Amino acid sequence: MATLTYLNNGHGLASWLLTKDHKRIALLYLVSITAFFVVGGLFAMLVRLELLTPTGDLLAAETYNKMFTMHGVVMVFFFLIPSIPAVLGNFLIPIMIGAKDLAFPRINLLSWYIYILGGMFTLVAALNGGVDTGWTFYTPYSTAAANSHVITAALGVFITGFSSILTGLNFIVTIHRMRAPGMTWFRLPLFVWSHYATSLIMILGTPVVAITVLMVAAERTLHLGLFDPALGGDPVLFQHLFWFYSHPAVYIMILPAMGVISEIVQAFARKNIFGYSFVAFSSLAIAVIGFLVWGHHLFVAGQSVYAGLIFSFLSFLVAIPSAIKVFNWTATIYKGSVSLDSPMLYAFGFLGLFTIGGLTGLFLATMGLDIHVHDTYFVVAHFHYIMVGGAIMGYLGGLHYWWPKISGKRYSEPWAKFSALIVFVGFNLTFFPQFVAGYLGMPRRYHAYPPEFQVWNVASTLGASILAVGYLIPIIYFGYSLVAGEKSANDPWGARGLEWEIPSPPPTENFTVTPVVTEGTHQYVRPTQEVGVA
Amino acid sequence: MFTNFPFFPQQASVQAGQVDAVYFFLVAVTAFFSLLIASLIVAFAIKYRRRDDSEVGAAIHGSLALEMLWSIIPLGIVMVMFVWGAKVFFDLYRPPAGAMEVFVVGKQWMWKIQHADGNREINELHVPVGRPVKLIMGSEDVIHSFFIPAFRVKADVIPGRYNVLWFEATTPGTYHLFCAEYCGTKHSGMVGSIVAMEPADFQAWLGGGGASESPVAAGQRLFTDLACNTCHIETQQGRGPMLTNLFGGKVLLQNGATVVADEVYIRESIVNPQAKIVAGFQPIMPTFQGLVTEEQLLQLIAYVRSLTRASREGAAGTSQ
Repeated sequence: MATLTYLNNGHGLASWLLTKDHKRIALLYLVSITAFFVVGGLFAMLVRLELLTPTGDLLAAETYNKMFTMHGVVMVFFFLIPSIPAVLGNFLIPIMIGAKDLAFPRINLLSWYIYILGGMFTLVAALNGGVDTGWTFYTPYSTAAANSHVITAALGVFITGFSSILTGLNFIVTIHRMRAPGMTWFRLPLFVWSHYATSLIMILGTPVVAITVLMVAAERTLHLGLFDPALGGDPVLFQHLFWFYSHPAVYIMILPAMGVISEIVQAFARKNIFGYSFVAFSSLAIAVIGFLVWGHHLFVAGQSVYAGLIFSFLSFLVAIPSAIKVFNWTATIYKGSVSLDSPMLYAFGFLGLFTIGGLTGLFLATMGLDIHVHDTYFVVAHFHYIMVGGAIMGYLGGLHYWWPKISGKRYSEPWAKFSALIVFVGFNLTFFPQFVAGYLGMPRRYHAYPPEFQVWNVASTLGASILAVGYLIPIIYFGYSLVAGEKSANDPWGARGLEWEIPSPPPTENFTVTPVVTEGTHQYVRPTQEVGVA
Repeated sequence: MFTNFPFFPQQASVQAGQVDAVYFFLVAVTAFFSLLIASLIVAFAIKYRRRDDSEVGAAIHGSLALEMLWSIIPLGIVMVMFVWGAKVFFDLYRPPAGAMEVFVVGKQWMWKIQHADGNREINELHVPVGRPVKLIMGSEDVIHSFFIPAFRVKADVIPGRYNVLWFEATTPGTYHLFCAEYCGTKHSGMVGSIVAMEPADFQAWLGGGGASESPVAAGQRLFTDLACNTCHIETQQGRGPMLTNLFGGKVLLQNGATVVADEVYIRESIVNPQAKIVAGFQPIMPTFQGLVTEEQLLQLIAYVRSLTRASREGAAGTSQ
């Protein structure tokens, strides 16, 4: 007779589709975002294959434009934004603070359904012929010129935004109200702090993008004259509104990954974080300053020079909290007991790629330099280093770290190390050449390009093929572990934290007895006690 | 397989060196910090590798001094980037007085260009080296962006307003012109060339062009053809404001506000005359939206500007 866990407590489709258990909802998200990731990845492969040669030969120009648009829309709104919060955050936040569930379990399930509904709109738009506006939906192209399914896709983004808002709201209330006795704010795991900061952005920023895409839909159908200069509108207004959300949205993607990295670095160095409060407050600083930097997307759009100056200054300022985090993670490894298990390899990958991604952001904040690299492949490389190199490495690292807890099974560690290496190599080969192509002047969103850029594009496409393999391998060994994986101990890594004190996989109620917390997380040095290792 | 292995773009304008200097500074700083962090992580991971499964790390909680150090040093460095980048931006942004003016209209998916003497080009722009060139750019449809990588300059071209881009070519040659803002199906076909020529060759090229009338002359003809001159007469007694010496000056409006009479104001007053009514005049002017093309608007503006040329050259604030 197997022990009762959240996985075997209820069978059949209905027990999953009507569940109020945050852990099961996390798995619903895991399956659905993986599906969207595969779809978005296929669009990316087509884009990269087209760019193998300078002439537009594989796809028609219109098809190519739809491919990069759908790649962006799917990856940003249906994979990256929900990825870590909706899967790992959902699963772990209640456990990490010693609670039995999120504050609003029904709303949690509702957010998944809203996400799926939004996703359906976007897939319908794709199947009906797609959208060709770019994921940025810039006006007046999106409102006056594009003939594709802009409204359907915009509604998809609009709807899924509510899922994000509800998740953020749920996290904030949970973190405020549901902490176990003794779990003070400064004992919270840093993963929780980073999700708190993320949730603030979700509830404050998402309504703005929701209204903005609604304005695009309204302008297309009713010709209100919001963005159309012929009707007295201002096309650049859209860019202000869009980036007011979409720049902070980058922090929605990266902050949770930073939270994951803080956990992994502590667990695999067996050492508490260096400068806890600096790491915790830097998340909040990023969330707050991140709202004030959107104008750096408009340096060449004819924005006032003085506005440009302020946005440039603030963009440099937002780099500092990220730098603080990187230095603190590095210092945490100092005098640790470092083991290079697969989650740590992913975390090291994150540190390398995020550092490059963050530092190349400085090039774009430098006004005189942004003029040249704006809208070139330099920008494409930069944000992929952050969103793929940073956010996805963090997500995969977290998935590897907590997989034994989530599934109760061990995956193949050698294969996991191999995939971490493949992802790192493939990623750099894909995106580093794009910095060079970008500085040479290759504009983004080009279906055909001058032949002198080809060598960098061939390298990039080659890298993308390697990267794709790197992403496929984990799907296989995670899947295999469910069937034939060795059973995991409660604390397979010898890590500290409430999630490692409960069974793997956890019971539905997480804790049979509400824990009483007496210290912060990842305290490894205990004079009176030997360190238990499973 | 690849004989062409470019690593760095050509430098063909006075701006290119300035931009590249900042770029090299940033590359040096970022390479230094990337390598520093990577070496520290690798060194720590090796030195402090776990030797025994029961081993734990030392209990170190932090250091205020270190936190200050690694906040303040990066802040100082990025402030250098900020100031230097802003300085280059200001230089790139402000065209020198006396620059050669060229009108550019972007439309899906071509660049239409007209020189001050009337020469027209499509997807090609001939310029002399050693002389500042100022482009006044508008769009007929969606947002485009005029980008010359070899010159390190770029500016969006936005419907309903005029953006300015200036450069001074240094080396004769043919350079890429790209549309950098996604503008629809044939976005990647909205490309062309910038041909920088020795001044003498440029004069010869101008002379060999089709005998088309200058934008000012075309604007003057339109001004009569559209009967603008029936209201905008050369005295203050017309039904519309006098246009002589208007451009670049301040205009008092009926609602008490003042505006600078720049390209955007003139354009708006033609396509949407009711938006800003000059104090002392009636809102009687009909709209010319749809009756004049973007190029004709630029010609009308050139004509209105020419009525101020003599007295206020150089003072005219070019809109952005």
